[in-house]
Amino acid sequence: MAATEQEILAGLGEIVEEIVGIPAAEVTPEKNFIDDLDIDSLSMVEIAVAAQDKFGVEIPDDELRNLKTVKDVIGFVQGLTV
Amino acid sequence: MGLLDGKRILVTGVLTDASIAFHVARLAQEEGAQVVLTAYPRPTLTARYAKRLPSGPDNPPPVIELDVTSTQQLEGLAGVLAEHVDGLDGVVHAIGFAPQTALGGNFLNTPWEDVATAVHTSTYSLKALTMACLPLMKSGGSVVGLDFDATKAWPVYDWMGVAKAGLESCSRYLARYLGPQGIRVNLVAAGPLKTMAAKSIPGFEEFTEIWPQVAPLGWDVEDSEPAARAAVALLSDWFPATTGEIVHVDGGVHAMGA
Repeated sequence: MAATEQEILAGLGEIVEEIVGIPAAEVTPEKNFIDDLDIDSLSMVEIAVAAQDKFGVEIPDDELRNLKTVKDVIGFVQGLTV
Repeated sequence: MGLLDGKRILVTGVLTDASIAFHVARLAQEEGAQVVLTAYPRPTLTARYAKRLPSGPDNPPPVIELDVTSTQQLEGLAGVLAEHVDGLDGVVHAIGFAPQTALGGNFLNTPWEDVATAVHTSTYSLKALTMACLPLMKSGGSVVGLDFDATKAWPVYDWMGVAKAGLESCSRYLARYLGPQGIRVNLVAAGPLKTMAAKSIPGFEEFTEIWPQVAPLGWDVEDSEPAARAAVALLSDWFPATTGEIVHVDGGVHAMGA
């Protein structure tokens, strides 16, 4: 059973809050990780690893560079789990 | 029977599973070693990858935060390590850093402060880390550092190359001063590998394109296993009379004229 967009968003919010301390409620689909949430590249790597563990998908390094917004990550995770 | 059965090994420099040190830790565990990790700048990230080592997610190696430029943390290291291991038989130095101004073709304009940072973190840290671990290496041991051939001037590597030249010399002096205590100090000079550290070097692709063409054995920039194997071999008892040495794991590039 694939995770819904809402489930992935909620999971991602929890991860971001745990790793960089930004409240989960601020992690909304249109937010850009670097420009809006001010997350540095190493934090992004850690968020990606945590997301891999949580959602059971592999995010290759080359792919990570293309995932600029929260929506991008949701789309990527959904694309691999449907 | 593993190559490192019963040995207690400290491994620095595990940032992700692309780190050479991750594969050293993995192989060391597979060969029977008890592994402890130090981490910087993100111990939480290292801890996540530590769970992917052969010891498994329920039994990861301890992860100790260690900034090798912090005198305070170095002074406390032996005490913190002693909570996890009753001694050390090996130390893996997989640490290097240079500010962006010291890399990528800016060699002629890099200010001393940035060069100093590169040398402090990448060169002096081999001595500093080794000395911090010395109280736990009472019956000798093996120190292995990661190098990039510093006998030549490479494109874009710039002050990191100078720092590595210093690292090569530093390991020889450590070999001289610590040999009487039964401690061997050697380096693995690997070819270019696509690690997080490498990706932060502007123009790194200049190495990755040429290297496989020049190497008589070929070279896979994605495969850290050959370098990690050499490090594990140097940590083992199979190089008992080797110190101050640099083992090239580069597909043979260092020995070619062109």
